[in-house]
Amino acid sequence: MHSKASTTLMAPALAWLTALMVVPCALILVLGFFRRGIYGGIEYTFTLENLALVFDPLYFGILVTSARIAGTVALIACVLGYAAAFAIATMPRRRQPVLLFLAVLPFWSNYLIRTYAWMVLLNREGLITQLARWAGYQGEMPSLLYSEGAVILGLVYSYLPFVILACYSPLSRLNPEIAEASHDLGASRLTTFRRVTLPLTLPGIAVGAVFVFVLSIGNFVTPALLGGGQFQMIGNVVYAQFLTANDWPFGAALSMVLIVIMMGLLLLQTMAAERGGRSHA
Amino acid sequence: MTFLRSGLAAPGLALWLAAASAVSAETLTISNWDGYMAPDAVATFTAQTGIPAEMVVHATNEEIMGKLIASGGAGYDVVFVSSPFAEILNKLGLIETLDHAKLPNLANLYPEATKLAHDPGNTFSVPYAWGTTGLCYRSDLMAEPTSWNDLLKPAKELVGKTTMLATDRWLLAAGFLANGMSVNETDDTKLNTVRDALIAAKGTLLAYDDTTFYAKLVSGEATMVQAWDGWCNYGITDNAAIRYVIPKEGSDLWVDTMVIMKASENKDAAYAFVNYILDAKTHGWAAANILYKVPNKAAMDSLDPGLLATYPNMAITPAQLLGYEQLRDVGEAQRAYSRVVTEIKAAQ
Repeated sequence: MHSKASTTLMAPALAWLTALMVVPCALILVLGFFRRGIYGGIEYTFTLENLALVFDPLYFGILVTSARIAGTVALIACVLGYAAAFAIATMPRRRQPVLLFLAVLPFWSNYLIRTYAWMVLLNREGLITQLARWAGYQGEMPSLLYSEGAVILGLVYSYLPFVILACYSPLSRLNPEIAEASHDLGASRLTTFRRVTLPLTLPGIAVGAVFVFVLSIGNFVTPALLGGGQFQMIGNVVYAQFLTANDWPFGAALSMVLIVIMMGLLLLQTMAAERGGRSHA
Repeated sequence: MTFLRSGLAAPGLALWLAAASAVSAETLTISNWDGYMAPDAVATFTAQTGIPAEMVVHATNEEIMGKLIASGGAGYDVVFVSSPFAEILNKLGLIETLDHAKLPNLANLYPEATKLAHDPGNTFSVPYAWGTTGLCYRSDLMAEPTSWNDLLKPAKELVGKTTMLATDRWLLAAGFLANGMSVNETDDTKLNTVRDALIAAKGTLLAYDDTTFYAKLVSGEATMVQAWDGWCNYGITDNAAIRYVIPKEGSDLWVDTMVIMKASENKDAAYAFVNYILDAKTHGWAAANILYKVPNKAAMDSLDPGLLATYPNMAITPAQLLGYEQLRDVGEAQRAYSRVVTEIKAAQ
């Protein structure tokens, strides 16, 4: 009876996911094994060419670069996000919802607008330059925009709230008596953090890190806008295959590899969380 | 002009979601770039002819090509595409062989517009706008550039203050022209030479930019940009010190065209629409407001001479245009183009 009710309740969500997630992913999987016609379009003959091309040094190199950028973004976002979540969790209880609300407030505006805002701030004639001039700086300003640093900055800014939320939840549930016990047993504050607080909240960091990594590695808007088209991430290559090169099979093969990487990471994170959950139970 | 700016910037963001909506077979469906004809052009056409019509927009040639190839051309009647793509549609047999008797306004075209390399005699496409790709620069901040190498190997004070177009054909065209090659080059060795030259040039660029380069000139972020003549005019509107020059090695000739789909169920209405666009008044509106040259003599003759003085590239003659090599469909080599451009953009 109980399982029947839960199946019924889950049916709409499952149908939704099947129609809009599983089926499209399966189509992409299949598409990756066909040939491309000269003028776009698809020739329905089986080939492994597209998959082989993904591991061509050019495209694999772009994949590695994307992973490096996404990894850097995840690392920075985790350090900043964890610190912010820690600070929020130590605030008086009644203030915490307001602070969390402020952390997610940027999500209320459109992603593109937030990215354009960075362009307004960072460009050579932008607000930062004008501030520097106003403060008396005379020399030539470097262009902060259109660099890998700008791409990383934009991605960290966009995805930071995810990490704050992900880290806040284990931090806020942490029983303060555990830390007190650690102090009573003679551990310094640093040791308590390193040996008690951090391990207990690691699953939250893992969730945040995986989220940021997965969202960053597939992002194509931020590299295009803040990178000035000079930094190709794998998302830009996939985008180009579908929308400019009209090479859907190769675009599909690239997406497939990307999806496998993302699913692998999410699986690892789920497994780690389950193991962590069991050992603390 | 505000509607135009925002309209033309949109393709850069590639919000391709503006897909064709389902319409009844009796409604004429036209696909064009956003802001590329008068906002009331379709409504005026309907008012004049009684034919219900609807305009849908595509952001890029590739986007509309993807749709047309996938659907065999069904769902569209008149489509605006650049000439290499009209060639492809013709090779694929998706577009109508034009019956000139139904297009009396073809008489308005310059004789040169009937001799275009991609389609002499306008058998399957009607030119809508044409122009060149050159250098757009701030004459108050630098001397007039003369060569494509002034962009590829910029003077020290221009490093970090130039942009190039991101679209493969034009990015490569700058390299081809600088090296004295055809803008339709397909030889691998030559492509590699151009790739290396463009990778070297990349280190000196501010950005690759297809949509906001003229705004970067206006703000002072950039001093010289690779630009389509019509878009340089948008910069000139905001700052009279901005100038356009075709380097001594020349330019490509690009042509945007109108084609009628073979699958159209409203062919007479489609002809009526193309003929309506070719009317001196309709076509003249595009030249006067979008600031692109149109291949329509009657329309260009109707322009205010002051406009030509403000925007000198509007006065480039059809004879001069035909002196430049037209961008053509390169067939299978398009794949090599995509790869080379990916190599350039991925180079560190």
